[in-house]
Amino acid sequence: MSATQASGVAQAKRWYWQRISAMVLALCVVVHLAVMIYAVRGGLSAGEILGRTQGNWGFAVFYAVFVVACAVHVPVGLANIAREWWGLGEGAALWLSRAFGLLLLVMGLRAVVAVVVA
Amino acid sequence: MHKTLKVKVWRGKEAGGFTAYDVPRNESQTVLDVVTYIQRHLEPSLSYRFACRVGMCGSCAMTVNGKARWTCRTHISKVAPDGELEIAPLSNLPVIKDLATDMSEFFDKWARAKGQFKGELTRDAPFAKVEPASPERKAADAGIECIGCGICYASCDVVSWQPDYLGPAALNRAWTLANDVRDVQQVERLRAVAGDAGCHSCHTQGSCTERCPKQLAPTMSIAGLKRKVARAAVRGEL
Amino acid sequence: MKRRNDQRARAHPAYWAFLMHRLSGLGLAAFLPLHFWALGQALQGAAALDGFLRFADQGLFKFAEWGLVVLLALHMMGGVRLLLIEFGSASGLRKDWIAGAAGFAAAAGMAFALSLFS
Repeated sequence: MSATQASGVAQAKRWYWQRISAMVLALCVVVHLAVMIYAVRGGLSAGEILGRTQGNWGFAVFYAVFVVACAVHVPVGLANIAREWWGLGEGAALWLSRAFGLLLLVMGLRAVVAVVVA
Repeated sequence: MHKTLKVKVWRGKEAGGFTAYDVPRNESQTVLDVVTYIQRHLEPSLSYRFACRVGMCGSCAMTVNGKARWTCRTHISKVAPDGELEIAPLSNLPVIKDLATDMSEFFDKWARAKGQFKGELTRDAPFAKVEPASPERKAADAGIECIGCGICYASCDVVSWQPDYLGPAALNRAWTLANDVRDVQQVERLRAVAGDAGCHSCHTQGSCTERCPKQLAPTMSIAGLKRKVARAAVRGEL
Repeated sequence: MKRRNDQRARAHPAYWAFLMHRLSGLGLAAFLPLHFWALGQALQGAAALDGFLRFADQGLFKFAEWGLVVLLALHMMGGVRLLLIEFGSASGLRKDWIAGAAGFAAAAGMAFALSLFS
């Protein structure tokens, strides 16, 4: 466990980045819930979904921001759970959460590209 | 009202067990009355703590039917309507014997959180002027009535999960001092409550605020510390 | 080896709110990679995405989708409550927001279910 990980500054940063991303996510989620409830009517089809998303740069920006916010927000909580409930040490919890954050970022941005560009 | 209470009392240390006693039921009986009856008439070797018996000192705090309470202020009619009662020592603390816990770590953490006032005026200086209606003083006053009974500490799951966690009482006291304009160790205090074991480990479970017999809200004090620490971190003061 | 609390100590609304928030966050975190992978299928063309959507048309899947919508709504509103506790005026544990979160999640769930069956 390195000194920086345990330090107050690092803790403070994790805390406020999680809260800032939470505020962004609150807005994104409200929009996403509305879109989902609208979109799922009459069933989902690739044609319908891609019809809305392809070439739509506003959509791309919105969902890219959404993905980045998730990639910042999820790891902080995950690390806490890993330490408190799964018995991982400080270092292991941090690496697990960072790896997962990276996974979300890569797969999420790939998904945005997939529905906007492909 | 049942004529007799069936009372299970913890005997032993952390490893131990419940022993059952039959206690006569009276009007306006408190849990402390019950424990005292057992020790005086049924089991002289029972160890427990109390002092004021009127809800001022916090010494009589125990776990009653799973929840940490002041036993002198807990009426039997409220917690044992069916005539059954379970009394155990406070959780999250080493047990000296039976219902008496070792509060050393509780007060050690108080000290580690810089829960002591440090001023720089001498007796020759004029009185410090602290505006009672100022936001800082109001924030401090909201948490100042803590008597260190340990109920919040015993109720907190994070204290159970993370042995180093300073705990709600220590952090609440740190918050009152962080809002004390006369105190001169503010940076040290913020550093003390910002580490691994500090305010960021609080997950707002709220058991402390729910159970505090003085209706304090350590949850809010800890939230305040999170804000203060973040501000200091951003300004490079930590 | 210290004595710990049992469920009786946790029987109050703010604790349930914490538990729901943590469990919903975990569930959503576990779901996200799958969600991103599914959308990423569009990289292989609309037909690939449609293939997945058809596969996901079964009852169990739809129930899981509904469940995730409810979890998302719960986690978001619970999160807004936390932001209010941490940044808002000193208003205690905000139990009204706990009830509000449950209500909002129920409403979102019902709206989604209605859309699913329309």
